[in-house]
Amino acid sequence: MSALYSELSWLPRTPKDFTAQCKDVLRDSEPAGARIQTLASCGMDENQLIRLAKVISSSRADGRSLAPLSEYRLALISNATVDFIAPALTATAARYGIALECVTAGYDQGVQESLNPDSEINRAKPHGVLIALDWRGVPVKLALGKPEEAQAIVNGVLGHIQMIRNGIQQNSGATCMVQNLATPPELLMGSLDRALPGALRNLLDSVNHGLAESVLGTSDVLMDVAGLAETVGLANWFSPSEWNLAKLPFSQAFLPLYADHVCRIIAALRGKTRRCLVLDLDNTLWGGVIGDDGLAGIQIAQGDAVGEAYLALQRYCLALRERGVVLAVSSKNEDDVARSPFREHPEMLLREDHIAVFQANWNDKATNIKAISEELALGLESLVFVDDNPFERHLVRKTLPQVAIPELPDDPALYARTLAAAGYFELATFSQEDLSRAAYYDGNARRAALQKQVGDLNQYLASLDMEITFQPFNETGRARIAQLINKSNQFNLTTRRYTEAEVAEMESNPNCFTLQIRLTDSFGDNGMISVVICRATRVGDWDIDTWLMSCRVLGRGVETMTLRELLEHASERGVKKLVGTFRPTDKNKIVEQHYSKLGFTEVARSADGTTVWELDVAAAKVEACPMRVRSDGFAGRVSVALQGQ
Amino acid sequence: MSEQTQTALTDIFHDVFDDDTIVLRPDLSAADVDGWDSLAHVRLLLTIERKMGIKFNAVEAGKLKNVGELIALIDNKLSAPARK
Repeated sequence: MSALYSELSWLPRTPKDFTAQCKDVLRDSEPAGARIQTLASCGMDENQLIRLAKVISSSRADGRSLAPLSEYRLALISNATVDFIAPALTATAARYGIALECVTAGYDQGVQESLNPDSEINRAKPHGVLIALDWRGVPVKLALGKPEEAQAIVNGVLGHIQMIRNGIQQNSGATCMVQNLATPPELLMGSLDRALPGALRNLLDSVNHGLAESVLGTSDVLMDVAGLAETVGLANWFSPSEWNLAKLPFSQAFLPLYADHVCRIIAALRGKTRRCLVLDLDNTLWGGVIGDDGLAGIQIAQGDAVGEAYLALQRYCLALRERGVVLAVSSKNEDDVARSPFREHPEMLLREDHIAVFQANWNDKATNIKAISEELALGLESLVFVDDNPFERHLVRKTLPQVAIPELPDDPALYARTLAAAGYFELATFSQEDLSRAAYYDGNARRAALQKQVGDLNQYLASLDMEITFQPFNETGRARIAQLINKSNQFNLTTRRYTEAEVAEMESNPNCFTLQIRLTDSFGDNGMISVVICRATRVGDWDIDTWLMSCRVLGRGVETMTLRELLEHASERGVKKLVGTFRPTDKNKIVEQHYSKLGFTEVARSADGTTVWELDVAAAKVEACPMRVRSDGFAGRVSVALQGQ
Repeated sequence: MSEQTQTALTDIFHDVFDDDTIVLRPDLSAADVDGWDSLAHVRLLLTIERKMGIKFNAVEAGKLKNVGELIALIDNKLSAPARK
């Protein structure tokens, strides 16, 4: 059974202190709506759903405002036990910005309650009515091989449901969400159950077909439970023991999923469907890093399992665009480098003219997503952001909580499925305008105006519990060091390549000072992310021969902390001056101002654009960034400063 | 019952009945716990099933009188070889 569906894996997990946070909401006097929505945006289990629903109903009973959640009254008509469904819907609706009030009809009282203008349901004046009938409670009986009788039975079931809809229509005018019927896995004849008129599967297929036809073109909508049950597997969906135990219509393991699907429809009816998909590029739309691996190195091709995984996501995005979802790009990259696969890679499905706004720069992503939202004049609550990097997801989620951001599995083959399962683009009705919307926005892959940074980045970084580790080159790190030296193109000041043997030689070279740098944070271990080589070439000087870093950890203060570490060792060894060089390539524009930002002074510039920079070791002042520092393996090393003769 | 299972079961009781003060003892029964009605009982059993990876059948579920019997049943299931 796939956890993707039963655990709503696209949602972040609930915080460990979920229960305590629920109590805090009740205790505090400040408005509860926003905090409830934050809690509801996690993947709650059955008991957590019920707990949060209690918080919502207690807040309401105390007369507290649930703003910014908008009120929605839902009546629930069912012929099974809905005692768990009602609170699950109430809690889940908050995820979609809705303060749901649930009114339930008595067990199996659907027809009576809908037809009686004075019934509890009709008096409540609901906005919507969920007609959630289980096949075990509708007038269906077998008529094996009797087509006419079978048709009469189908018409009888459809008539029963239509009668409820008519009653609601007349007495309250609410929108009906009509649930179709999942078919049980127990068969009488096998495959013939589908084909033979009057067999259960055949009957229920006909009912479902009739229901689907009956809602199109009306103000009522379909809730496709049959499709949902098939998605998770009928044998998982139907639990005979839970039905026997308490007439629970489906396995309670799927309560969170079911509630999410109902609430998506309510959200769609309320116009809360998301409209724009913002995509990261490296390791999201293709495998690899375009700035380092180049056009020939990224994985995006038919016939290669990894490449096809990314193609599947591109194909899904393209289909969404054809359905009217606006596509945008947010990537930490040089603009022309990021655009090159869209322009030149023969296997790419997505092209520049599919992208409405193309935001490739080195700003933090929250700032860029804000810019995209403003450029498109679409609110942040219309946006979905897909990024493989948990750091970026978490940052944007914290800074711009209105943006929906799916958690992604490790395997890119499941990216498209995960995005689809999250249901961000649920539509209740379909119009031609939906089709043309994307085209209206598209055509130019324009850049949005740069924005001021949103949110407090430092405070966020401090919450990441980062630890940076500095070590000199050693045998353990040798292979990875050589790999980084030969692969890194973007954050690479000099792009000097060295073989593994040359790297090994530096380990014991008394004129070399080397750093291999690792970073861990609350998301896990980023591994080795930076390499620095200094050479003592002149008395009192260290030449920074190599300084490179993985762009994945850009904007976290790693460069700054590296400089602090360098200064400390330089000072201990009597070095007076650090000399840095920037050698331009067509890939490393990002570090053109690296030394300037760190407080170095430019001392030389050549015709090819190479610049040389200096920093006085004693005078340099570098602010620390929020992370713990470990410095290992430097003791007892030979001094690497050339001494005066 | 191992200490680990005991802790897990206590957490489940706190979670299901939304009451952190419940202390498990063998003679604790539905009459002693606020909200332990037949539906909450179903929720309790389903939560135990999911968190402990075991399955109860209707006969077992109906016979339980108190926490002592529940613990004995869980112990029995956890020690028996897994049967699906």
